[in-house]
Amino acid sequence: MSEDKKTSELSRRGFMKVSAAAMAAASTPMFFTKGAWAADFRNNPGNAGSVKLGFNVPQTGAYADEGADELRAYKLAVKHLNGEGDGGMLNTMTNKALKGNGVLGKKVEYVTGDTQTKSDAARSSAKRMIEKDGVLMVTGGSSSGVAIAVQGLCQEMGIIFMAGLTHSNDTTGKDKRRYGFRHFFNTEMSGAALGPVLEKEFGKDRVAYHLTADYTWGWSQEGSIKKYTEQLGWQTKAAVRTPLGAGDFSQYITPVLNSGADVLVLNHYGKDMVNSLTQAVQFGLRDKQANGKDFQIVVPLFSRLMAQGAGANIKGIYGTTNWNWSLTDEGSKAFVKSFGQEYGFPPSQAAHTCYVQTLLYANACEMAGTFYPPEVIKALEGFKFDGMGNGPTEYRAEDHQCFKDVLVVRGNENPTSKFDLLQVVQEVPRAQVEYPADMLGGDLGPYKV
Amino acid sequence: MAAGQLAGRQFPSISHLTVWTVMDALILQLLNGLDKGGAYALIALGLTLVFGTLGVVNFAHGALFMLGAFCAVTLQNVLTISKKVKDESITFFDAYKETPYLEIWWGDTGAAIIDWVVPISIILAIPIMLAIGVAMERGLIRHFYKRPHAEQILVTFGLAIVLQEIIKSFFGANPIPTPAPDIISGSANIGMMLGLGESLVYPWWRLIYLLFAGVVIFAVFAFLQFTTFGMVVRAGMQDRETVGLLGINVERRFTIVFGIAAIVAGLAGVMYAPILPPDYHMGMDFLVLSFVVVVVGGMGSLPGAVAAGFLLGILQSFASMTEVKAILPGIDQIIIYLVAVVILLTRPRGLMGRKGVMED
Repeated sequence: MSEDKKTSELSRRGFMKVSAAAMAAASTPMFFTKGAWAADFRNNPGNAGSVKLGFNVPQTGAYADEGADELRAYKLAVKHLNGEGDGGMLNTMTNKALKGNGVLGKKVEYVTGDTQTKSDAARSSAKRMIEKDGVLMVTGGSSSGVAIAVQGLCQEMGIIFMAGLTHSNDTTGKDKRRYGFRHFFNTEMSGAALGPVLEKEFGKDRVAYHLTADYTWGWSQEGSIKKYTEQLGWQTKAAVRTPLGAGDFSQYITPVLNSGADVLVLNHYGKDMVNSLTQAVQFGLRDKQANGKDFQIVVPLFSRLMAQGAGANIKGIYGTTNWNWSLTDEGSKAFVKSFGQEYGFPPSQAAHTCYVQTLLYANACEMAGTFYPPEVIKALEGFKFDGMGNGPTEYRAEDHQCFKDVLVVRGNENPTSKFDLLQVVQEVPRAQVEYPADMLGGDLGPYKV
Repeated sequence: MAAGQLAGRQFPSISHLTVWTVMDALILQLLNGLDKGGAYALIALGLTLVFGTLGVVNFAHGALFMLGAFCAVTLQNVLTISKKVKDESITFFDAYKETPYLEIWWGDTGAAIIDWVVPISIILAIPIMLAIGVAMERGLIRHFYKRPHAEQILVTFGLAIVLQEIIKSFFGANPIPTPAPDIISGSANIGMMLGLGESLVYPWWRLIYLLFAGVVIFAVFAFLQFTTFGMVVRAGMQDRETVGLLGINVERRFTIVFGIAAIVAGLAGVMYAPILPPDYHMGMDFLVLSFVVVVVGGMGSLPGAVAAGFLLGILQSFASMTEVKAILPGIDQIIIYLVAVVILLTRPRGLMGRKGVMED
């Protein structure tokens, strides 16, 4: 009996000890170990000496050259994060937690995927990188359709997506996601920046004709440019949707000739822009007079890399761009120097945005002290920084859109080299392109998925 | 001059103005269609010629169109090899002000040669495309004559991808500007020429392309119709075995036919370069449409391919008119396939297809 009692007492005491120890062990990280509450999340690197990032860029298809430039930028960013090379924008970035020894002391590695600029292919390669390669973050792309598709997947899988080149309002508007972040500007900002310049150059009494790529980005850009030009007093004669990759646009350009319009707005990007602009010039639109004025062509989103294909046809044509290598702020100079010395030519705007996105993600991990996505997201939300081109910038918490200065550019009339295609007409201040966070709709969704 | 003026006569009423505006639009779309149809017809002509003679469904034919365009790009690159003067204001990478040696050595003459690179490329493209065509036929395609069509399609499609990737590795994925000569890079006022008012303009180069397509098509037909070589080829297309039994080396002639088809596709590509800045994928974009053209025209029928090329080009252009799309949204994107379905339902062998072709 006494033996039984002793055994029973010991058991109770032992149980209490073990319970106390377990509670202490369970609660200790909550108070003393930064980020330890996040022990279990997808692709947690744990004690591994390295972390992997997934660079999902178009390696085949029409945007392969732009994708190759994005990949160059990513490799440079990884180099700088790991403390190699000259450090690039790590030397100029403000509000920085990065130390140049990887991220949270772990070496940064990467895997690549090919989006093919197709939503399904991009999702497949992102899924492969997340499930098979164990990446902590996916980034890249050269299309809004792709960005929205991959962003949705990343939200489902609890992986942060740092968008590459995507310009549609929807990416941080109706399709915004808690796990998606965009550094690149959008069509609303293009319209707000370009409108006053168009007014100054072409006046208030204009009739515009839009040719629009028939997908999310085209619709978004058409809407934004119409909104801001109609505010000026311009009329919109017609807005015609053209199939993506139409090649020959003659059947869409000829109706412009006698439409009564005196401005053609080409809501086309990449190869479509090259083809439609080349053909519009061949149809004499730049030499034409309409309504007693010189006929004008506007390309609201310019890419220096892709504009090379249009040759001399871009001379004098107005548009906007996210960033250009000719900027003289310290951040841009540091990046152009790093990139130029590494590869022998200047970076594109796509390369710039991808490089910045990688550094921003890594910096947010350092700030959060963990790779746990909800905490990294919170570190990125509302983050203010400078020294990375485009002046003081903020990742707005409400929609994950970066706000910064926007460049209005014009095709250079007298380029001094093959890289000198765009002339910056105006650096439109951030305040002019900001808009209310709820204007574009959408719902970010939860932190924890 | 207003749209309502004709040969000095005034048409003040709005209805007349509208009529002439509509007429302008119709004429322009007709020209667009003929132009597009010219390209389709040239590609489809070679496709159907190869199919009619060799019985091979050649999915690499679009790549030949692309290679033709890149003949112009290559020559342009060669002619614009430049003396480079470093821009000292740029320190982070090497940027150069480039002046072509031709301009340095020969001044305006050198500049004119560079300006006329696309027409000059025609001379270069003929032997190059002939060599590529013959090499393609002798080196690969002849091994597949007796194999099923599915295998021919697979191997030629694979070849097209290989050719594309080779071009991409040398020239990149971006389109490369290859402009027409300066003097004909603008638009012709065809309205004035035809007495239809000033507002009817059309690019010179597209008019030249249309004329060029007509000349090449005529030359191919004349070659097949009026030469002994052509007679043998036509006989071979009808009955290859019998012609062989007569002691004629049909196979050698058919190799040359493949070379001719390659030249036609290549020339179509060279001349199209100013309209569509060449990129590695341009052949594939045209290939699918050209196959529809061949099927609609009738497999193996040369006149059928030409007729169907122009027909589909014109229909595609008219279907893209805003007025038509307002009634039938999206019709511009399906019209070609819709017409193909209707024609194949009513004439299963296509417009001018022969009995027995692809019917084994």
